[in-house]
Amino acid sequence: MTEQLIFERGQPGRRAHAQAPRQAPAVDDIPAALARDSDIGLPEVSEMDVVRHYTRLSQLNFSIDTHFYPLGSCTMKHNPRACNTLASLPGFLDRHPLAPASHGQGQMRCLYELQEILTEVTGMDKCSLTPMAGAQGEFTGVAMIKAYHDHRGDHHRDEILVPDAAHGTNPATATMCGCRVIELPTDADGDVDIAALREKVSERTAGIMLTNPSTLGVFEQDILEIADIVHGAGGLLYYDGANLNAILGKIRPGDMGFDVIHMNLHKTFSTPHGGGGPGSGALGVGSHLRKFMPIPTIGRRGDGAATRYYWMTEADLPHTIGRLSAFMGNTGVLMRAYIYARLLGRDGMTRVAEYATLNSNYLMARLKDAGFEVAFPDRRASHEFIVTLKREKSQFGVTAADFAKRLLDYGFHAPTIYFPLLVPECFLIEPTETESRETLDAFVEAMVAIREEARADPETLRQAPTSLPARRFDEVAAAKRLDLAYDAGSSAAA
Amino acid sequence: MSDVPKELSYTKTHEWIGNDGDGTITVGITDHAQASLGDLVFVELPEAGKKVGAGDAVAVVESVKAASDIYAPVAGEVAEVNEQLEDAPELVNEDPFGEGWLFKMQVDDADALDTLLDADTYEGIVEDEED
Repeated sequence: MTEQLIFERGQPGRRAHAQAPRQAPAVDDIPAALARDSDIGLPEVSEMDVVRHYTRLSQLNFSIDTHFYPLGSCTMKHNPRACNTLASLPGFLDRHPLAPASHGQGQMRCLYELQEILTEVTGMDKCSLTPMAGAQGEFTGVAMIKAYHDHRGDHHRDEILVPDAAHGTNPATATMCGCRVIELPTDADGDVDIAALREKVSERTAGIMLTNPSTLGVFEQDILEIADIVHGAGGLLYYDGANLNAILGKIRPGDMGFDVIHMNLHKTFSTPHGGGGPGSGALGVGSHLRKFMPIPTIGRRGDGAATRYYWMTEADLPHTIGRLSAFMGNTGVLMRAYIYARLLGRDGMTRVAEYATLNSNYLMARLKDAGFEVAFPDRRASHEFIVTLKREKSQFGVTAADFAKRLLDYGFHAPTIYFPLLVPECFLIEPTETESRETLDAFVEAMVAIREEARADPETLRQAPTSLPARRFDEVAAAKRLDLAYDAGSSAAA
Repeated sequence: MSDVPKELSYTKTHEWIGNDGDGTITVGITDHAQASLGDLVFVELPEAGKKVGAGDAVAVVESVKAASDIYAPVAGEVAEVNEQLEDAPELVNEDPFGEGWLFKMQVDDADALDTLLDADTYEGIVEDEED
């Protein structure tokens, strides 16, 4: 990969005249002491330099727009272009977050309606769009669980139960909220070990964090019993919405007994994501947690022509856990999610879950028929499932990572690898509802072809990828000697 | 099949324990554990002098795949840690039973060492996991 930075391109004095302001604005009202006297250091490039540079960069992307992207637990589905187009209307795009609410009633109405839609589809009592990402949504949920217990004088409740299959963010969230993490084992079928749960709940239990379907790609069969056990001990249930795509419009976390949930709108509600954001960790709460909701959240007064939307503050929610950032969520992401929900409608949401699980079960069955070992062969897959390549490892000496890298050469983004940690040499595969049968079949053919390569010449896999702009990275060096600083002096000459 | 030296004791959580004979033990992670984790990039060790209970998380090993807790096999006090690992965590991958040891402990009760697994039992656990 040899693309230079834009700062390393161009020549002194080169300009894109067509893009330059006709007349430089006067800056004589800035005090001399504050005015810059050195060069600002912008790239000096022509319009064509810029176009070529960014077009080339975009061609280096391995993305959902170019490739099948079955990255388990990430729900990399197609992002409908209509959502982007409508969310980019000038009235939405140009609104300043500090403009008075009276000037933004249209957008606030959209966001209020999104709160209502999410409340309905999850079976909760209220929804807030405030958390900026999934991890912040988790933090908000557990902070509210703590606030609930503290409000009742239950200050000693400081233990959060987390299954050993959980996302790493769950124990991290509990720790961030000042709780102790109690790990729960998983039984042979991939469900929470109920006997262990009974043993570990106590008067110290603040709550349990669960994903359902779980990270193992199966639906927690004993969820109602789990809810009874945890509630019986005085704890609350937190739902990690990572896998909401599997159940959208079919069943609701609120009906399973969850008290507070977060949703990754950037997954389930199809807003572009990857590479760290921006995201949305929208929150849903039961009525008993309503007063602890974060601010700002959008409220509504009046009816008909007199309807007014407003930002709820400490005055409306005196027991709120407070603000999570300066404003309410990532509005662009929220608008895309709102439009997506409106385009789908109630029936469309149900079809999301149906096709997501159908695609997943089809792909699992085909891989099983092709001789790959699935981790839970007796369970129906949810929207994702796990294949273990430990047999391929012992027979051919190639790892799941080698398989994953070789898939890139075949034009497929690799599934999630080595997660969950419970399953050795695993692939967590999530095809999503937006892929066609032909794509899924082609993926199976690639997997079979790669296994043949592993048998005949394992080195092909160990050297992969060979067809991409970058070859295999040194992961150890990347972790141990991370160097992210750009040194203009040394790079310019290169 | 990974290496399981006969003279050492083991835990279900893949630590090995060498009895140094003077009431102290040396603790590390097994060949199977280092192979499963993959290349280590970081090892976090306890302070010498720290009192620990059996099963307490006392150290963390982090690989390109995952971070895992290391548990004290028995109760006691941390006597010494392998400071070389701070700069060279790869020693655990290269020589898990030798240069890659993690820490030494003064044991509270020598009888507690009898509760550890012998090499044959541990080998059975590894075989179950590897097949």
